[in-house]
Amino acid sequence: MNERDYTKGPDRWFLLQEISDFLFHEANLLDERRYEEWLDLLADDYHYSVPLRMNVEFADADTRGETKVGSEVCWFDEPKSTVELRVLQLATGVHWAEEPVSRVSHLVTNLRIEEVTMPEVKLSSRFLVYRNRVADETDFYVGRRTDVVRRTDDGWQIVKRHLLLDQTVLLAKNLSVFL
Amino acid sequence: MAAANLGSTSDPRPSVEATAEPVVTTLARDLVDVDNGVISREVFMSNEIFDMEMHNLFPRAWLFVGHETQVADPGDYFSSWMGTDPVLLTRDVDGEIYVLLNSCRHRGMKVCRYDEGNTTQFTCPYHAWSYSMDGSLVNVPGDLFGVPHMKAAYNGKLDKPNWGLVRCPKVYNYKGLVFANWDENAEEFLDYAGDFHWWLDNLADAFDGTPGDTEVFHGVLKWRIKSNWKFVSENFLGDTYHGASTHASVEAVGIGPGGRGQRRHGERQDQGGHSMGRTKTSFRNGHGASDNIAYEIPYPEFVEPEMNEYFDNAWEVRKERLDAEGRRLGGRGPATLFPNMSFAAGFPRSILVAHPISATETEVWRWFLADKRAPQYVKEWLRQYYMRYAGPGGMTEQDDMENWDYATQASKGVVAQRYPYNYQQGLGTEQLSELDRAVHSNHAISGEVNARAFYRRWAEFVDNLSWEELTDLARSDDRIEAIIRREDAAAAAAAAANESESVR
Ligand code: FES
Ligand SMILES: [Fe+2]
Repeated sequence: MNERDYTKGPDRWFLLQEISDFLFHEANLLDERRYEEWLDLLADDYHYSVPLRMNVEFADADTRGETKVGSEVCWFDEPKSTVELRVLQLATGVHWAEEPVSRVSHLVTNLRIEEVTMPEVKLSSRFLVYRNRVADETDFYVGRRTDVVRRTDDGWQIVKRHLLLDQTVLLAKNLSVFL
Repeated sequence: MAAANLGSTSDPRPSVEATAEPVVTTLARDLVDVDNGVISREVFMSNEIFDMEMHNLFPRAWLFVGHETQVADPGDYFSSWMGTDPVLLTRDVDGEIYVLLNSCRHRGMKVCRYDEGNTTQFTCPYHAWSYSMDGSLVNVPGDLFGVPHMKAAYNGKLDKPNWGLVRCPKVYNYKGLVFANWDENAEEFLDYAGDFHWWLDNLADAFDGTPGDTEVFHGVLKWRIKSNWKFVSENFLGDTYHGASTHASVEAVGIGPGGRGQRRHGERQDQGGHSMGRTKTSFRNGHGASDNIAYEIPYPEFVEPEMNEYFDNAWEVRKERLDAEGRRLGGRGPATLFPNMSFAAGFPRSILVAHPISATETEVWRWFLADKRAPQYVKEWLRQYYMRYAGPGGMTEQDDMENWDYATQASKGVVAQRYPYNYQQGLGTEQLSELDRAVHSNHAISGEVNARAFYRRWAEFVDNLSWEELTDLARSDDRIEAIIRREDAAAAAAAAANESESVR
C-alpha cells in the first residue's frame, strides 16, 4: 500500500470525513444517553479535562488565562475510571441533577485536523452543548475543544478530550452533563 | 415598599421636615419563630428582606474574602465579593494585607476587572485616576495617587487622601483565612468566632496539626445558582439529614478515599455518620457545625499505601500535639461561620462562600486546601478527589443545586409563601456542650438546632439591632438554661417517683 499523505489532498479529506462521522456518532450516543456504548469509544488511557478560565490581561491570555491541567483546580481533569463513575451515577435513577433527564444536544463544528501521527490524530473544533431541563432551565456550554483520537482494529477511539469553556463564572448551576 | 432601618449614613439631601422614624413594614424577627420551629418563606423569597440583609447584615458581619496564599507576594491581588460589593484583596509593597472596595471614587468604575494578578497600581480605565499599593507614594496603600490634569481640572486642590479606594476598616487574617468587616464598631473577629474557632483551626491547620500550615490550590470554582444564599449556608451548617436522599446516587457509586463503593467522606466502616457521638454543635451567635470536637474520627483508609502512610503519620502527630495541649481532636464540619462562609475541614477540605445577588440568585465560590508541606502525590490525590466530589462538576454537589434551585422556584408562589418551612427537628431536646454559648443536638442525623440558632441570629442582624444589643443578646445562651431546667425537672420527677416507690 502506498504511504498516505495526510497533509493535503484526498487522503486528508477522507480522513477528516471518517473522523467527523465518528465524532458525530459519538455525540449522538451521548444525546441518546447510550452511555455504555459511549464508554466503549473511550480508550483505556482516556483523559478528560476542562480547566477554569480567568480574566487576565491581553498579554497574559495565552499563559494565565486558564488553570493548569494536571496541577490546578479545573472543572474536570480526570481519567476514564472517573468518567465511568459518573455514568454509574447517571444510571442510579436517584441522581437528582439529571432526574428527570435533561434534553441535551452536542454540536461539534469547525472540525480541523491539527496533526496526524498515525494511529493518532489531533483535532481542533468548537463545541456547543445545549441543555434544557424541567421547563425553562436552559444552559449553553460553548467553547474550544481539542481531541486526540486513535485508530484501532475495532475502529476509532477517543484518547484525549480537552475543552475550554467560554465562561469564568459557570452560568449553569452544574455540570451534570458530559461536555 | 421601603426597607426598614437601612442604616444608611448621612443623607445628603436637605431635609424638608423633621425626618420621621423609617416606617418598619417587616420585622425579620416576626418571620422566625424559633420556639415553635417555624420560619416564614418570606425570609428566603422577599425582595424587601433581601434589601434589609444587604443593608443590615452583610456590611456588619465578618465575611471570608480569600486566602492569604492567593496574595503571597507584594503587589498580588485577588478579586472577591463582600455581599454585593466587589472588593480587592491586596498585598502592598510592604507585605501588608488590605481589602479595598473595587469601585473608583470618581464615577464608580470597577477599577480592576481581572480575577487576580500583580500590580502596585490600579488605574481606572474610565478617566485614569490611579490608586497605589506603594506606601512610599501615598499615605496609606489604596490611596489616590495619580489624577490626570490635576492642575487644570482641580486647580491642584483635589484632596487626594480623602478620595482613595474605600478601605475595609476591619481585616483579620486567621491562620491564612482572611476575613473582613465593613463596620468599624463590629465586635472583634475572635469574639465573633468564639469557640467556633476550633473548626476554623482544623480547616486552617495542617492535617498533622501544624498551625496555619495550609495553602489553597490555584483556581476558585465559581458558579451561579437560582436560589437564596441561605439555603447554601444552612445546608452546610448542620443539615446532615439531606445526605441519605440527596446524595443517594453518589453514595451508591462510591467515590471516597477507600475506592469504588466506599463512603464518600472516607469514614471507616465502623464510624458511619449515624454514630451518636457525632452530635451537631450550635452556637448562640449563629455558627453551626455538623459534628462536635469530642467526636474523634481518624483519617480515612486509602487504597494507596503511600496515602495511608501520610495520613496515619499526620494523625499520630496531630494526636500527640493536641493531647499535649489538652485539645480535642474533633470538629471537621461541614460547618458554617455566620453568615455565609461554609467549609469542611476533612475530606474534602474546602471553603465555600455563598455570595448573594438577589433573593433568588447566588454566586457560589469554592476553594480547596492542602497541607503546604504535603508531598506532590498527596496534593495530586486530593486535587482529583476534590474535583470529583465538589463544585458544579462534583458528583456530590450537583444534586444539592438541583434541590436548592427547585426549592426556590416552588416557594416563590403567592400561596406557597403563606406556608412556613418546618424546623422542628429535635425541638426541646438540645444537649449541653462544653463549649462557650453552644449546645448540641441530641441526634447525629436529625436535629435542626443549628438552623434555628442561625435564623435567630440572622433576624437580630437583619432587624438592625445595635452592636450593643447584638452583644447583649448573645452574652448568654438561653438554650442552656432551658436544658438545665428540663434536666432538673426530669431529675425531680425521677426522685419523686423513687420516693413514692420507697414509701410503698
Ligand atoms: S470613574 Fe474612575 S476615573 Fe472616572
Ligand atoms: Fe449536600
